[in-house]
Amino acid sequence: MDLITALVVIGGMGLIFGGMLAVFASKFAVEEDARVETICDLLPGANCGACGFPGCVAFAEQVVAGSASVDACIPGGKGTCDNICEVLGVESVASEQRKIAEVYCIGSFDVAPNKFDYQGVQECKAAVLMGGGFKACQYGCLGLGDCARACPFDGVTMGKNGLPIIDLERCTACGSCVKACPRDIIRVVNADRIGKAVLCNSKDRGKATRQACEIGCTGCKACVKVCPQEAIVIEDNLAYIDSSKCDDCGECVEACPRDIIKDVSKVPVRS
Amino acid sequence: MDLNLGAIIFVAILANNIVLNQFLGVCPYLGVTKRIETSLGMGMAVIFVMTIAAVVTWFIFKFILVSLELEYMRTIAFILVISSLVQLVEIFLKKTNPTLFRALGIYLPLITTNCAILGVAILNVQMDHNIIQTIVYAIAAAIGFTIALVIMAGIRERLELVNMSSFLRGAAVTLVTAGIMSLSFMGFAGIMSL
Repeated sequence: MDLITALVVIGGMGLIFGGMLAVFASKFAVEEDARVETICDLLPGANCGACGFPGCVAFAEQVVAGSASVDACIPGGKGTCDNICEVLGVESVASEQRKIAEVYCIGSFDVAPNKFDYQGVQECKAAVLMGGGFKACQYGCLGLGDCARACPFDGVTMGKNGLPIIDLERCTACGSCVKACPRDIIRVVNADRIGKAVLCNSKDRGKATRQACEIGCTGCKACVKVCPQEAIVIEDNLAYIDSSKCDDCGECVEACPRDIIKDVSKVPVRS
Repeated sequence: MDLNLGAIIFVAILANNIVLNQFLGVCPYLGVTKRIETSLGMGMAVIFVMTIAAVVTWFIFKFILVSLELEYMRTIAFILVISSLVQLVEIFLKKTNPTLFRALGIYLPLITTNCAILGVAILNVQMDHNIIQTIVYAIAAAIGFTIALVIMAGIRERLELVNMSSFLRGAAVTLVTAGIMSLSFMGFAGIMSL
């Protein structure tokens, strides 16, 4: 008898609750646009925030609602944009231009000395708070790897020389590392560019730069003088090469007394 | 058992903390305490669900199980009640308050199988609480749970930044921390216990 009451009560409760759930589910059904989920599946899913929305789901909702641009997903690039456009039935507007991140400092441990021994929290953001960072150069890479930790695609690793290495296959130019770097050393550049670049971030005067780093740009104008394309300008004691004018002749590399101008031509990676 | 509500609150939050002294709900305690925000979210969800679950199970126990002399079925009955209840709450929230629904996110379904909720429901009937005591005990226990989670998350956030040996990193140091926290909360048990 006990067994039967127990069975009836528990079974009855199960049935009642199940019934309530069924009724509730149909009564409180939320109508979701199926396209949101479809688009969500098409997105990279890294929740990097490069589109300006908090996460891929939010972006999918906004793009279906029409308040986000179809090409806002930077990591997804053209492929994702085309897919989204197909789902939404609109003309694709994606540009072919792929971008990647590039590190504008090559002052590794051996050429850019430290001014004191730092034993604190092993993060660049924390290190810059203490006396402006432990490196003699106040613009150079601290090498504690904030960018590597920030990359949602595991595309940045810290090299043995204390500089970040960007994996061109994995980089999607989402800008997470750019935001993470307290010294603004990383920039997003065109992936298919050909030419040279001044891989230095030091805006110090020549003398100060010379003391802080063996290879830092001093703003000596040697490269400006030799450049046949007039693609190089000096701003804040730092040379900039306009990649749209640079024809990859290499005169500046020869002329640079500091050996800071490097070839940054990229072999085309990933379409 | 003659207990005033103040004693219930003190005991449930500190002296007999549900996580640190009774070892219920340890999985979210270790699982969602990487960041203070997520642990707070989980804590809020638990306060919400634990209170509702304790009240509903109390009524089920008093008016169905006791009158039918089926007290021994309470564990399975409570599991049934709690899981359907969480589902109901989830459906309801999704419709009426999408913001709260998204804020609670994954934590709501996680709570469905949380032993802390079931533990409190069973403890309530075991200690023969009346309905007022049940509500107070459930809220206080959930606050105790939240406090334990937030303290743990705070410690773990700081531990992330510490330069420590690699063999300690991750699970090892988390469990050591959990042990030390439990030890320090045991101190409250000396003041008062149920």
